[in-house]
Amino acid sequence: MALKTPIYQSHVDSGGKIVDFAGFMMPVSFEGIVAEHERVRNKVGFFDVSHMGEIEITGESALEFADFAVSNNVSKLDDGQICYTVCCNEKGKVLDDLLVYRFSSSRILFVVNAVNAGKIYQHLLGIQKGDVRIENRSSGYGQIAVQGPASRDLLLGSSFCAPVSAKLAGLGYYRFFTFEHEGSEIILSRTGYTGEVGYEIYLPWDMTASVWDLLLEEGGEYGAAPIGLGARDTLRFEPCYCLYGHEIDEDTSPLEAGLSWVVKLKKDDFVGRGALVAEKEAGSGRKLIGLELQGRGIPRQGYNVLHDGKVVGKVTSGTFSPTLKKGLAMALVERSLPKDASGLAVEIRNRPVSAARARMPFYASHVND
Amino acid sequence: MVPEECLYTEDHEWVFIEDEIATIGISDYAAGELGDIVYVELPEVDSEIRQTDPVGTIEAVKTVAELFSPISGKVIEVNGDLIDDPEIINRSPYEDGWFIKVKMSDMSELDNLLDHEKYQEFLGESQ
Repeated sequence: MALKTPIYQSHVDSGGKIVDFAGFMMPVSFEGIVAEHERVRNKVGFFDVSHMGEIEITGESALEFADFAVSNNVSKLDDGQICYTVCCNEKGKVLDDLLVYRFSSSRILFVVNAVNAGKIYQHLLGIQKGDVRIENRSSGYGQIAVQGPASRDLLLGSSFCAPVSAKLAGLGYYRFFTFEHEGSEIILSRTGYTGEVGYEIYLPWDMTASVWDLLLEEGGEYGAAPIGLGARDTLRFEPCYCLYGHEIDEDTSPLEAGLSWVVKLKKDDFVGRGALVAEKEAGSGRKLIGLELQGRGIPRQGYNVLHDGKVVGKVTSGTFSPTLKKGLAMALVERSLPKDASGLAVEIRNRPVSAARARMPFYASHVND
Repeated sequence: MVPEECLYTEDHEWVFIEDEIATIGISDYAAGELGDIVYVELPEVDSEIRQTDPVGTIEAVKTVAELFSPISGKVIEVNGDLIDDPEIINRSPYEDGWFIKVKMSDMSELDNLLDHEKYQEFLGESQ
């Protein structure tokens, strides 16, 4: 049975085209992917991300356990700070990528991909140690992302954020705070997945629809509108953010996917560390590169990447970039492929279309504006 | 082309017949489902095509679809405007957004197609 987020009815009323995504009935687009993409790049848009999973870790050993479960350094965070990281299995392959919110050393929140929420919860129970309580809070939290250059002004002008406007105005990238609204705790973070300035709001499931409608109404003067999953993907693709099931999965190590910046091999033990240390010494088999098509066509996930006619890898994400107006791709290829390799091509429907290395990210993010 | 005067396939191509020349495109329903079309591949002029054969490719931002020929014959013209501005198909699927013109080789194949009313019924059932 397909699940619905608390905002489902609003999506239907807004004319959203609904698809099944990770078991949820989600809007893939409203006014069209390109128009929605441009709205977020130039103005501001609202994303229903209530399907994301939230797993709360509390107790005396919460911090220690979180550090054991993920590759990044959770103990180096301040309270009120967030980090992006991956959760690996013993083989050093990626079970999921996630955000870690540090409330305090005894309260940590993992925000995981919808499709992986159950898997990660079970995994965490399996590696549980110390004085920790692990709770899957996914069905309790709704989540709204507000993204785009006008997102700060929109929220500062909203009645919802009026009581916390000073905190909001001074909120740094990858920081969060909590406040009370109608007796419930709201988490407001400066995070997102679009490459633009943006915020994400976690609120009780039953409160989510009313806040969504309120923000949407008040946001009209800033050019805000709901944005579907289609534009969410093109927006994350241009700044080359990894997506589970594309650049990363249980067959891929974070080192291959260009995520060594979130793998802290020097910290104390964490799940997968041994395998990742060995991989680092031996050198990864593959690397993630950017490609730009020179011939006509659109590179898509799964297409072969050729070098002098020989298959050297596969496209992990590829699309027509609405901002750059061309076919771009990220691809996992053999590490031995030279940096300045010429003779590259993407095989589109059995036809090699010439391609060149493209610098990543394709779009310079504005998250710090 | 007037949608009511076209014939349709269940793959959402339309065909408009004038003398023995068939003009072929995709329905507004198909264009809407695909979303922003960003690239098309078309067959070459003078190529022989057969009914139901894939003869072109339509790439939208998120998806790729094939154009299947509703009829058999020889391609006599392709719409070159679509190469540089494929969004024409979204804007004007029945007029400026046509794909190819074909000199038909077997008029009886038209019996395999749906008229506008039947196509609307088909859309209603498939939704």
